[in-house]
Order: sequence, then structure tokens, then C-alpha cells
Amino acid sequence: MREVAIVAAGMTHFGELWGASLRDLFVEAAQGALTAAGTDHLDAIYVGNMSAGQFVGQEHLGPLMADHLGMAGVPSVRVESACASGGVALRTAFLEVASGASDLVLAAGVEKMNDGADVTAILATASDQETEVYHGATFPGLYALIARAHMAAHGTTEEDLAWVSVKNHRHGALNERAQFQRELTTDQVLSSALVSEPLRLLHCSPVSDGAAAVLVCPLDQASKYTDHPVVIRGTAMATASLALTDRRDMAFLDSVAASGARAYEMAGIGPEQVDVAEVHDCFSIAEICCIEALGFAPLGEGRHCARTGETALGGRIPVNTSGGLKSKGHPVGATGIAQAVELFEQLTGASGDRQVHGAEFGLAQNMGGTGASSVVHIFQAV
Amino acid sequence: MPSPRYWREIPSRYRLEATRCGDCGRVSYPPRRICPECRSTDGETIELSHEGRVLTYTVVHVPPDDFLMEAPYALAVVETPEGARMMVQVADCDPASVEAGMMVALEFRLIRREGKGGILCYGYKAVPAYPMGGEAEAELRSKESEVAHA
Repeated sequence: MREVAIVAAGMTHFGELWGASLRDLFVEAAQGALTAAGTDHLDAIYVGNMSAGQFVGQEHLGPLMADHLGMAGVPSVRVESACASGGVALRTAFLEVASGASDLVLAAGVEKMNDGADVTAILATASDQETEVYHGATFPGLYALIARAHMAAHGTTEEDLAWVSVKNHRHGALNERAQFQRELTTDQVLSSALVSEPLRLLHCSPVSDGAAAVLVCPLDQASKYTDHPVVIRGTAMATASLALTDRRDMAFLDSVAASGARAYEMAGIGPEQVDVAEVHDCFSIAEICCIEALGFAPLGEGRHCARTGETALGGRIPVNTSGGLKSKGHPVGATGIAQAVELFEQLTGASGDRQVHGAEFGLAQNMGGTGASSVVHIFQAV
Repeated sequence: MPSPRYWREIPSRYRLEATRCGDCGRVSYPPRRICPECRSTDGETIELSHEGRVLTYTVVHVPPDDFLMEAPYALAVVETPEGARMMVQVADCDPASVEAGMMVALEFRLIRREGKGGILCYGYKAVPAYPMGGEAEAELRSKESEVAHA
């Protein structure tokens, strides 16, 4: 396989973007990446998107987005793995370039969630319709079940969960593209409305619109587009059962651990060498489960990390410097690419007030459903 | 949902049919053709007991549209004596009283109704195995019945 690098990134603001359509969002992010690289050609496009068909009634996104980018004729396909669609788009682009089939590929993610659709019901289609949703399960409900299982197994408290939100909002307050650029207190989190016990509104990522895009090419061609490429050292995906009831341990995300282990092996590093990470904090409990599964904290110890500052900017392993899904926003199909954008900037020293100084290795972990799919990428500054 | 989709699920939803693997013994609910544990296709159909234990639970305050009238409601993962796990609502009790380890009975109930003029969807809900009894229980059951027929 050829070595593959990210050479440019583009991204919209995340939030309730009533003035922008699905295609507007994609074009803004994709054109941003093309402009940064100074190129007007592409060999292929991958569009990560969870459910435009349900959110805005639009399928067949590959050609639609290629056309609106002024790239009609270029092979372009939409890839889907629920909230991990963006991560899977990047992995697919990587494989196409690594194989030698293409030299310059756009990996993008986009979601338009605020257009009047029943968001709770649409998101729930990423869980098991016949055994979970049928009985009244919602996504916050399923993560609440995971949270209770984690509390029972490891003594995790509601305050531990609140600290994840507080920490990520502290980061997001420094990110001009974040949906919520403001800090929170644990009291605010713990007094917000109950969504599904023990999860409250401020434990949950918001409903967002947005898009993100990165350009990947062989490392030995990167100098045509940038002086500061970031190499993709590891990429891995793993799956687990959709239904929580089929999991051996509901408090442990097997797919996250397996995708992490495979990515570490491919990159030839371990968790202790990662300098900065973006993980899938769709709910506060998810960040705790993910940092445990990825080896950033021992099993059962992840609950302390946000409070002690170990996972905060300036800490041992800063996690979600972008603000994470909680504060930056979570336009589901765009999230995996937005994580890559944050790490591309971190590893090229372009993160401003959020910069992790001297960062060499970055890890992005993006998952679908309640962890039925997980994609991990490991990036290295060169 | 179209009625064939509903009808197909009746064996597991109405009769609690599950598959027990002939090789490793794992019980899958609803039934599966291939054992998720060992990939064996040698499975036998069994009927699960109408009882179990709560493994983990939540109380849903923000429900999907079809369940608006019922919120807040308790939702739990229940394990039957055969080792099958299922997601069910816990009814006939204060949702705040549900806890891990609690013993429950599984009762056939109306689960949801599909919009206006849609089909009525049945299945199982868990109820406390040791209900409070007497007038308090009767009152709760009548409330449940009111909600189900609202």
C-alpha cells in the first residue's frame, strides 16, 4: 500500500444553519478544501452521510454533490454507517489512494438535520427497529442504559458525566466554528431537563447542520498541494451487534476497542504515544466508554479524567479539543470528517488557542449507533 | 408499518420464541438462523419463560411521537432464566421504583398504536414480580388501562 496523507481541509460552521441547504453545506466545505490545496480536479469523491433521505428526502448524494461542486463526471458515491459515515468516507478514500487506484480523493461528510424532520425518530433508525425502537427506545434512552450499566459496574456518577460536558464546552468556547461557544458549569448540567435518566439535556450532543471535507493523496505527491501534510498511519473499522441486548457487556464498547487495537497495530504505536484525540462524545457517557476502550484510561477509571483535567487542554491526553460533538455540534454524517479536520489543524500547528503544542500523533474515533460500528484513524505530523 | 412486516414478527413478539444453539447453547431472542457466538446453524426453537430480571434500565422523559402519551416510562433490558435478553418497558409501577436486579414478570400488552388509523402493535411488557397488591395495585392497573385506551 502507498503511504497516504491529508493535504487540505475545509469545514462549515456547525449549528442551526437555516440559510444553508444540504448541497450548500457540502459545497462550502468541499470548495474550502480544494481552494486550500490550489487544485480544481479530483479523481473521486466520497460523501459521508447518515440519512439525507429521511432528513430532507434526498438520496443519490454522490452525483448531486459532484455536480454542485462543478465536478460532474467524477466518480462520487455516498457512504453510510450512521453517525460513523464520515469516518467511513475517510477510510474508503484512504483505501482508494493507498491501493493506487486514485491519486487525489475528496472525503467529505454532510448532514442537514434542521429542516423540520422528526430527528429523534430518524436517529433511532441507527438502532434495532424490531427489538429496541418498537418498545419505545430513543438514542438518549439507549445511551442511558449504557450509562446505568457503567455506573453499576464502575461506580460512575452523574457528576462524572457532567464533567465531560463541562470540559468539552470549555474547549468549544475556543472554537469559532462550534455550535455552542460558551462554557458550562456542572450545576447547569445537573439541573438541565431530564431526557432519559440519568442523561439530561446537557449530557447530549445537539441537532446540527454542517459539513467538513479533507483531500487525501499519496504522501509522495503531497508537496504539490501543501508544505504541511499529515500522514494517515492507521485506519481501522470494527462492528458489533446493533441491539444492546446482544452485547456481552453493555458498559464496554467492543467495536471501539477492536477498531482502536487494529489502528494502533497498523500505525505501530500505542495509546501512550497519542498526543491529542477526538472521540465520539454523542453523549457524555460515550466519551468515558471510548477513552477506556481506546486505552487512554484503565477500565473503570475513565470517569475521573474530565474532572482531573487529564483529558482537558494542557492535560495528559487532551480529548475533544474541538469541543467534541457536545459543544462543536454533531451533524451526524459530517462528524467523522470534522474530527479529521480538527486533528489536521492540530498536527499542522493551526489550532490557535486550542493548540496542543508539539503534537505529533492524533487519533480520531467515530462511531455509529450505540457503537455498532466504530472507525479509528491515527494521524502523524511530518 | 405494512401489516406483513408486523405479521412476520408475531412468533417472537406474541409467543416469545427464541433460538437455542445446538452447539454452544447460546439463546438468541428474537430467533436467528446463525448463532452469533459460534456461527452454528443447528438451532432449536424454544419459548422463553414469562419472567426475568432487570439488568439495566432508564426512565425515558423525551419519547418518540408514538409514545408521547406514556412518558415518562421505564425501559429496561431484562434477562430471562434461559439467558435471553430483551428490551421492554416496565409497567404497573412507579418508573422511579425500577432498579437493576429487580425480578419481573412478562405480560402480553399493547405496546403502541401507529398514528391515526394505524394497526395496534402488541408484545410484552415487564411488571414487578412482587406487586404491591390490593387497592394500590388495582389503581395502577386501571391507570395503565386508561393510557392504553386513550
